[in-house]
Amino acid sequence: MPREGILINKPIERLSGEQIRLIHDASIEILTNPGLLCFNKKAAEIFQSHGAGVAGVTGSDTPCWHVKIPEKLVSDALDSAPRMVTLGARNPDNVLIMKGDEPRVFFITGSETNIWLDVDFSTYVNKADPTKEVKLPEFQPRRGMVADLCDSAHVCEHLETIDGYIRTVNIQDKDITEDNKDVNKFFACLNNTTKHVMSGLTSLKQLDNVIKMAEIIAGGSTKLKENPLISFITCLVKSPLQFVDDTTETFMEVCKRGLPIVVSSSPQAGTSAPIKEAGIMAQINAEVLAGITLGQLVNKGTPVLYGSVPVRARMDTLGDSYGSVETSQYHVDCTQMARFYNLPNYSTSGVCDTKTPGQQSSIERLFSDIVVALSGPQFLHCAFGLLDCNSVFCLLQAVLDDAHFQMIKFFLKSPRIDEQELDTVKKQIREVVATPQKMFINYIRPVMRSGEISPPYPFEGDGESDSVFALANERLQALRAKPVEHIDPDTTARIFREIPGLLPRLNVYKGESKS
Amino acid sequence: MSEDILDIIKENVIQGRKTRDDMGIDERLSGTPGVLELTETALSSDISPELIIKQALTSGMEVVGEKFSTKEYFIPDMLASADAVGAAMDILKPLLEKTNVETKGKFVIATVKGDIHDIGKNIVAILLKGAGYQVNDIGINVPEDRIINVVREEQPDYLGLSALLTTTMTSMESVIKALKENNLRNKVKVLIGGAAVSDEYAKEIGADAFCTDGFQAIKVLEGFEKN
Repeated sequence: MPREGILINKPIERLSGEQIRLIHDASIEILTNPGLLCFNKKAAEIFQSHGAGVAGVTGSDTPCWHVKIPEKLVSDALDSAPRMVTLGARNPDNVLIMKGDEPRVFFITGSETNIWLDVDFSTYVNKADPTKEVKLPEFQPRRGMVADLCDSAHVCEHLETIDGYIRTVNIQDKDITEDNKDVNKFFACLNNTTKHVMSGLTSLKQLDNVIKMAEIIAGGSTKLKENPLISFITCLVKSPLQFVDDTTETFMEVCKRGLPIVVSSSPQAGTSAPIKEAGIMAQINAEVLAGITLGQLVNKGTPVLYGSVPVRARMDTLGDSYGSVETSQYHVDCTQMARFYNLPNYSTSGVCDTKTPGQQSSIERLFSDIVVALSGPQFLHCAFGLLDCNSVFCLLQAVLDDAHFQMIKFFLKSPRIDEQELDTVKKQIREVVATPQKMFINYIRPVMRSGEISPPYPFEGDGESDSVFALANERLQALRAKPVEHIDPDTTARIFREIPGLLPRLNVYKGESKS
Repeated sequence: MSEDILDIIKENVIQGRKTRDDMGIDERLSGTPGVLELTETALSSDISPELIIKQALTSGMEVVGEKFSTKEYFIPDMLASADAVGAAMDILKPLLEKTNVETKGKFVIATVKGDIHDIGKNIVAILLKGAGYQVNDIGINVPEDRIINVVREEQPDYLGLSALLTTTMTSMESVIKALKENNLRNKVKVLIGGAAVSDEYAKEIGADAFCTDGFQAIKVLEGFEKN
């Protein structure tokens, strides 16, 4: 049975039907005027061979083509892109089925950060009253390593609110190179979680090794097509409106192999897109439609997700401000646009501006987590554990986020109000008002352990001290102590025989292998 | 035989099953006799009320308290058990009086004049009853003279006053003054509780204790007993 996710019965919407149509029309117009700059020759040729207006740009330092994509190509692509995308998993119970017309939300980690935030607790004594002391967390940033990625995948495997896994940390070990990074990061993820694994690709040369690894795990190429336990994400269009050479190449190669892929665009309102909502929406929609169109031209029927990661610029630094309210507005808008096209939507929430876990982090992420989840994107990249926009990953924050998502998921349960239920409660009301104490407490118990009552916040302390971090850390250590469901020894041995570049230390059966 | 039925009563106290109609936590017990029916059966088997209280009711409540402290149980569980024990105590009380066995004490409880909030007061009453106190809950919005009359007539060991509102908490002070005027103050310990009041306020108006909840009330009463 695939994972259920959460079906949003009445998704929140910001855009009216007319506004959606206006954005669509503006995007279609933008695709021809001004069109896009394309730095990938093959992509330009593909567009040209299908009737797009393509002209070489003179005076450019690197080869570049001006591409004008006619509406017909876009509408054909929207017709051929699958309405339903399956993201497989090592454990069949973790498969995700995403339907473009069904606002069923799955909560997924990511993105790739460079910095891993360690947490340690120190005891501080009150100078005025040495009998009073508090334990406070201290956060230590350091470079992310492959062992951290394994640790993160393992913990996320055991966080029930997480439906799938995007690698959370960029592996920067000394023996990791551009030529072996992809196989090692995919293996580290796949070997430590049985949930779906999505990642970007560092080197196109590694694509076939990564896919071969996935085929070995899935049981062959056909099995992998049926159960695509890996998928890819590419940001092939750099805002504003430019097909980047290498990521476009990677995108097309993934499309040729028919595995699911996110067509992602991440404009920043104010710098790489207009600061006005209408502007960033028209542009991001044009950029995603351009990517989807290319993907369908390369391989009709390629499973794609409408990927949207818009963000507003900070006014003080012109860096990304994921914590801004507008960023959440853009995401809700994009989810509506994807639904307009009946395509599954990859959306983003929970990314915050602050650098360490704390009040600001909780406020920023919870706000966007709630509103974006309520809009009903199918693939909600909800930034478990991410801090400082996309720069820092902290497992303690991921555990705190899990508690947030337990609340959100509970809130999103369908109301149980029907005749039978009302008959039952009417009887209760009549019985209780006839008693001297007039209290309904006796009726709590039958539902208290049935899951019908939301659990208390799991990191609530006693007394007046705030114990959230300490209790979350206890849970983190308990999760770390749970068993890891690794890939079996024979399959692992075969992977290490056939896939070049894997770090021997990632073989958990080292010395036990039959081969 | 006596040990068997006492164990079953204890288990039903832990399950919070007052009568056979109550569900408890273990579904397998559904439809089987609860604490009330089992207490009557025990009495008809000539098991002494003291033994029933000690080995079944009190012993069961101790387990419930442990489960509550480890967060396995929540207040609704505690109340269900306390309610079952309180109901059993109602059967046992006349028999105890006949044998001159003392209960833990009489407790009169009321929400003061002008205040109709009673959730906290009711919970405290159930918990105290379950803990073995003889509780007379005289209701909400109770005028000062009625409280004085009840104290005079029933001579309780303890008087509990509850108020939720800052506008009604002043009635507590009036009640204490009236107790003094009627020479009753030194005959009854006064405990106050409710969202509006505090330890500081209790001291200010001359109450004997402020209790944040029913569990603290039990501890306070146990403290009084020791002294």
